[in-house]
This record gives sequence, structure tokens and C-alpha cells, in this order.
Amino acid sequence: MQITVNGQTRDVDIEDDMPLLWVLRDELGITGVKYGCGIAQCGACTVHMDGQAVRSCQVSAASADGADIVTIEGLGTPDALHVLQDAWIEHQVAQCGYCQSGQIMQAATLLDMNPQPTDDDIDAVMSGNLCRCGTYPRIRAAIKTAAIKMQEA
Amino acid sequence: MGRARTIARRSFLIGSAAIVGGVAFGTYLVKRPINNPLLTDLKDGEATFNAWVKIDADTITLIGPHADKGQGVVSSQAALIAEELDLDFGQFETSFGMPSNAYWNTAFAEEGAPFMATDEGFVAETVRSAIGGVLKVVGMQATGGSTSMADSFDKLRHAGAVARETLKLAASQQSGVAVAQLKTKSGSVILPDGASISYQSLAAAAANIDPVQDVTLRDPSEWRLIGKPMQRLDIVAKSTGTLPFGIDLSVEGMVHASVRTNPRKGGKVLCFDASTAKTMRGVLNVLEIDGGVAVVADNTWRAIQAVNAIEIEWGEGPYPYEMGAHWQELIDTFTSDRLDSKWRDDGDVDAGLAAGSVIEAEYRSPYVAHAPLEPLNAIITVTDAGAVVWSGHQGPRQVQNAISKVTGHATDQVTFHNQYMGGSFGHRIETKHITHAAEIANQMRGTPVKLTYSREEDFAQDYTRQIAMGRAKGTVANGQVDTIDMSIAMPSVLASQSSRAGIPFMGPDASIATGAWNNPYAIPNYRMQAFRAPELAPTSSWRAVGATGAGFIFDGFLDELIHAAGADPMAERIRLMNHDASRTVLETVAEMSSWGSPLKPNQGRGVAFVESFGVPVAEVVEVTATDAGIKIDRVWVACDVGTIVDPINFENNVQGGVVFGLGHAINSEITYADGIAEQTNYHAAEGMRMFQCPEIFVKGLENGHKVRGIGEPPVPPAAPALANAIFAATGVRLREMPFNKFIDFV
Repeated sequence: MQITVNGQTRDVDIEDDMPLLWVLRDELGITGVKYGCGIAQCGACTVHMDGQAVRSCQVSAASADGADIVTIEGLGTPDALHVLQDAWIEHQVAQCGYCQSGQIMQAATLLDMNPQPTDDDIDAVMSGNLCRCGTYPRIRAAIKTAAIKMQEA
Repeated sequence: MGRARTIARRSFLIGSAAIVGGVAFGTYLVKRPINNPLLTDLKDGEATFNAWVKIDADTITLIGPHADKGQGVVSSQAALIAEELDLDFGQFETSFGMPSNAYWNTAFAEEGAPFMATDEGFVAETVRSAIGGVLKVVGMQATGGSTSMADSFDKLRHAGAVARETLKLAASQQSGVAVAQLKTKSGSVILPDGASISYQSLAAAAANIDPVQDVTLRDPSEWRLIGKPMQRLDIVAKSTGTLPFGIDLSVEGMVHASVRTNPRKGGKVLCFDASTAKTMRGVLNVLEIDGGVAVVADNTWRAIQAVNAIEIEWGEGPYPYEMGAHWQELIDTFTSDRLDSKWRDDGDVDAGLAAGSVIEAEYRSPYVAHAPLEPLNAIITVTDAGAVVWSGHQGPRQVQNAISKVTGHATDQVTFHNQYMGGSFGHRIETKHITHAAEIANQMRGTPVKLTYSREEDFAQDYTRQIAMGRAKGTVANGQVDTIDMSIAMPSVLASQSSRAGIPFMGPDASIATGAWNNPYAIPNYRMQAFRAPELAPTSSWRAVGATGAGFIFDGFLDELIHAAGADPMAERIRLMNHDASRTVLETVAEMSSWGSPLKPNQGRGVAFVESFGVPVAEVVEVTATDAGIKIDRVWVACDVGTIVDPINFENNVQGGVVFGLGHAINSEITYADGIAEQTNYHAAEGMRMFQCPEIFVKGLENGHKVRGIGEPPVPPAAPALANAIFAATGVRLREMPFNKFIDFV
């Protein structure tokens, strides 16, 4: 089976039903994607599959075969930040930070679909991503800042 | 100086710095713990200094022993040292350090003393000092109780100042310029001619100098960092997925394990059938552990799948199986023989009750899971020589003790590498998962084992917040609150924690009453009695501990009396307040929220005030009762921690505390059926989500005399403020959490 992650295609010898989450974390060593619940309730494992935000704990390896997967590591890096990551840093969103990879990946899809989201738009798209520390006010602010920066860019 | 001091000093230097050609600075010549056999003949009792600053030829390392659960204390601790050491962010590395009794937590004495936080009198301070001495002797190193800043504020600035002055002395000896003519800036000693000598280049020389102990801390007017907005040291890594949590680590040759233990917490395994599991792909080993079964595999998911495929017959659990029996135990606890302590008995309560029309109410607060988003995990390698462990934990020495008990090694043969945590809320003060990992690794000596709990196992084995019940009577007179007779019953969380450590708990347990007795109101007649229920399901510290239950009970009932008196909820609280800083907190939140201004139809405002961990916090919640349910519109918070170290992180922590308090009050509880927690994952206990999150406005005040922490205090007022707002909007008085059992939310 071949999994393409962040532009690199990797061969993996795994069961068809292994969730993409664990393929990424344990087989490929990509740990920005997090395990939180395993049942699509928390969003910590959110990645992009062919441009769409998906819960990687619910995507089987077989269905990811041949797809283009992007994780937080592929969105931007400390030296080359994505505009959302830059906004996340500016607003100092994170507390524990465990959910933030998933939050940022979800927000990236939101801004792709809707470059100028309202509060209601943000709530609708982001409410599947739990933050136990309660950074929601800062997530909202960071998304709005990123939207403005993308308009200006 | 005695022999023992010399030995200790030398071993310290060898262990930490001298062998790499560096120097270690510390603070406070402390008396050695009296239970240290090496030092029993040391009359002076003065010994080694303790390490917070380490410099070698290349690197400046600042050691912050308080664990980072997300509250940002890595940055805050470093800022305190850097303030005095004249370092800029970016010039140093940080470390959690190794477990040591040198890192005993001074500030736990504040919470352990049975005095109101507002009592700064001689007796209260004397008892706090005595408790502090005990904590020092036992070397209590732990992060919790919102103590990190209180514990660190003087110590770490002092450590930085000691390092600075010693580096200046080294520079003086090297340059021939008098110390008084030297300055420090941005990681260097500056000579009068403007030339600079980096700290690193002075390290080898400084290593041969006795650290300068006579230092003066800077006046707050000179602070460059403290109180100014700063960028958290972990914020870039946490925004790019590059910060490794414990669950993300790998060790060469590591295998993956997962466990299932008796969901009737504390029960045994009667028998199990792992025949299917053993045939599953990647399974390397099936092992029995205390109260459960472990699967070791080559991948986390395979380990979880296989352990879930084991058929297990569970033994009985040590507590009542059904929720009704748990509540009945609390109902049966309001008796004189279960009176834990009478915390307040002001005025004449009996006369006050006799004089008026008595208002009565009963309140309930449920079990709640901690459920931090990073499931419990640990990596442990056990060899005959010792054990090495990587995990995020609030009590490093507890980790050593837990592993030592399993493997038989001495605690100093257990090397612990603390990690950033993906949340805790008190979950990672417990050691069951550490014990499990050690049991597995001990049966596979030489192989590094990474244990990861499934989310379901994490929920099932959570030692939750304790259930609480409050019964109150009260009267009003002349439009004012006159009398409160309040009794609160709950199991003792300290007794539950102590029993797992094998230590009897004598009590009283202040956490039963905190949030109710200690609010500095001058109610004419006020009696507050705490009743201690026997141990039920195991419990542990849940963010703000007893104050979330007791604070809800107290403030909710106070609000009932204020409404019965026909008084304004804000004005009456301010009138009753008998402590200046707390009154200012209430007045501030009133101003922030425009209390008393007109509301839209179906809107309501509620206020609550709870002091916990020495921090007075007032919150106003504004809600709208829509056709579909309650919508929380806005929240205002005012609180006073004495000194704010990092204002941005402070605001984030307060907002998060409000979200935590509101979310769980709305929808979260753990209930037991057949002795097993019925809630198995976030779908059944989710806390707050984005669409429910109100705007939250925060103001931190600095009128208090002592430096306090902000991790927990914002949580307790959130639930009563919400309940009081819902009453104002709808006339429905909520006396039991979670509120969604009684009213819908949108």
C-alpha cells in the first residue's frame, strides 16, 4: 500500500482497516497528528485528504491509498509558517496545545471554503474540534486575523 | 561546615555541572531534611544549594521544576529567573530538571493551613510556616493547587540574582574591574568601556567560585519581563505540531502496549481468555498486570485492538455499584459522627433561623472525569540497573516511588524525564498508568515499553472529582441576608489519594469546605459544617478540587437568599464583603459588565464570587433564554492574584478556566451502573464546544499582598454564575449539575 503524505509517497505494509491516524503516527512517525478519542468526537487527528479536512481516526488505510494527505507538518513549519499558524502564534492560542494541530487543519479548510467567515460560520465548522483547555475565544480571534491577512496577501 | 555538607556539595557539582566544565547556581542554603541519615550529625544543618541555573561553555539552561500541563509555567518560571539574570527569551534552554527534594513546593503550606486566605495574621502565618517546614522535610515536589507562581516567585528570581552576581564576580576576577562597576545585559557582563563578556565564556571561571548569596532582588519598577506581554516559549512548537508530548516520543527498540483494567476501579481479574488476541497481527506478548491485562504489540492501534479482543471476567469492585447508593451515602453523612470540621460559626445561627421565615435548599455536584485530550501514557525501560521513564507528570517523585514499588529498585535508580502534557486538570497527579507501564516493562526487562491508554480506558479508570451534596437553611431580614446554616457532605479526596499511597488520612479535609467557608463575607449569622462521607468510588484532584462543588453550593444558595430579600445580587454581595481586595473584585466585575444596565427580552445576568487558592474571583454571566434553550452570551471575570507574571497567558488561563467551569456544569458527569462508569468517551461527557463558547472579558487585579496562581480559581464561580443567570432569565433555579438534565442549552 502507498500513502502520500506531505508530498512524499511511502510504502507501508499494513492492514486495510488500520486507521490513517495510526499509519501516520506509528508507521510513518508523523506525530503532529494526535490521538484523542478514536471515535471522531474530538478532532485532534484532523488532517487533509485531497484537500478536505477528515478525522484520520475514521479513515481506513485502504481508503487513504493513493490519496494526497497533508498533516500539520505539511501545512507550514516554524521557518515557513502558514498564515493560520502565524495568527495562532500572534494570538498565543495554545495552552496545552494538544488539540491545536487539529484545530489549525480544520480552520485551514474553513478558510479555503469561506475566506471571510462570520462567527456563526466559525462555530459551525470548528465545533467538532474539542479544546479541553478552553482556548476557543483565541481560536476565533486567530481565524479572523488569518482571514484578514489572506485578503491582504 | 561538616563532612556531610562537603560530600553533598561535591556530589551535586559532579552530578550536574562540573563534569561538563560548567557551573551550577542555586538558591537558599536550606536546612537539610531531618530524615537524611547522612546529615544527622550536622548541627548547623546548612548544606548544598539547589540548582535552577546551569551554564556551560555553550548553553544556558534554566530549570523549572514545575510541570507544564498547558498553563504555560515553563515560560513563567524561566521569565522569573531571566528577569534577574538579564537574559532575553531565545538566549537559553529550559528543562524540567530531575526529581529532587530540593524542589519542595513552598506554597502548598498556604492551602494546607486551616485559615482563610485573607487571614494574614500572626497565628495563620506561623502555622503556614510550620507546615512549610514539614513539606520541606518530606521534599514534596509537585505541581498543583495553583502554587507554581507562589512557590517560584521569590525562589527563582533569587536564583537568577545569585547567578548574575556570581558571574559578575567571575568577570571582575578576569578583568580586574571592580564588581560595582560591572553591569549585566542580554546574557553578558558589561564592562565600563562597553565591552561584553558572555555568560558562557565565564562559566568555567564561575565554577570555581562559591556562589554569591548576598543578593538584592530588583524593585518591580525595574522589571523588564514580569508583568509585560511575552511570547510563550512553547507557542511556535504548539502552533506547528512540532512539540513532542509524552505520547509522541520514541525510544530505540520500543514496543507498544495497551491495557484494560477492571472498570470497577480497584477490582481484580478473575480470569481471561487471550487466545484470539494472541493470533492478531503484531501482537508480541499478553501479560497480566495488577487488576488487568496488557497486550504488547508493534503498533499502538494493534495493541488496543488486541487488548479489546481479550475476554475478561472481572472481580468485584470496592464501592457501591449504583449511583443511588452513592447519593444515599451522602444523605446519610449529615450526622454528628461524620462531622469533619465546623469551619464557621459566626453570630447566632439558631436565633437567626428562629427569627425569620426559613428558606431551605439541597444542592448536588456530580462526579466528573478529568479527560485531558492526551490519553495517559508512559515510556519505561527497566533493566537490572534501574529504570528510565518518559512521561508528563505533576509529581516526579511519585513517579519514582510508583516504579520503585514495582521493580524493586531504589527510587534514585529511577530516572524520570518529565514531558509537556496534553492537559491534566489533576489527572496526571495519579500514578496508576505509571505502575501499569512499569509492570509491563518489568516483565520485559531491557525492552523499552510505551503504554498508551485508549480513550475508553482513560475514562473508565479516571479517579474523578468527588460528588458533593449541600443542605442549607437561611433567613433574610430587612431586605438583607441575615442567616446561613450550611452543611456540605462529600467523600474526602485527600483520603482517597492517601489510601492509594498506603497512608492513613486523619483529616480534617479542608477541600470539603473550600469555596463555602472561606469567602470573606460578613454574614451576621453563618455556620458552615463539613461532613466527610466514607470513601466511595476513587476520586482525585479535579481542577479546583472541592471548591467547584462547595462554591456552587454556597454561591447558589446565597443568590437564593438575596433574591428572597429582594436585594440586588451584586449590591448585596458587595455590601456583605468584608475584605478590601475581594470587594474591589466585585466592584470591578460590576463595572465591566455594566451591571444593572437594561437587558433584552429573555436575557438574564448572574454574578458569583468564590475565593479559592487565595484568589478572589467574581464572574458575571449573561444568558438569553431562546426557544431552543439557554444561550450563554458573554462572561466577565475580575480576579486578584497579587502580581501577574505574564498578562497574555494569564488571560488565556482565566478564559480557559471559565470554559472548563461552564462546560462541565452544562453537560458533564460520571455516573456508575454495575460499578462501571457509564460515560466511555467524549460523546457522553464533552464539556464546552466552540458554538457554546461566550465572549469572555478578563481583568486581573494586583491589590493582593501575596503572589497567587490562576490555574484553578476561575473555575469555581463559573457554574453558580451561570445558574444565577439562568434564574434571572427564566425563574428556574438550578441546584444540581450538570444543568442539561433540567434545561436545554444551545
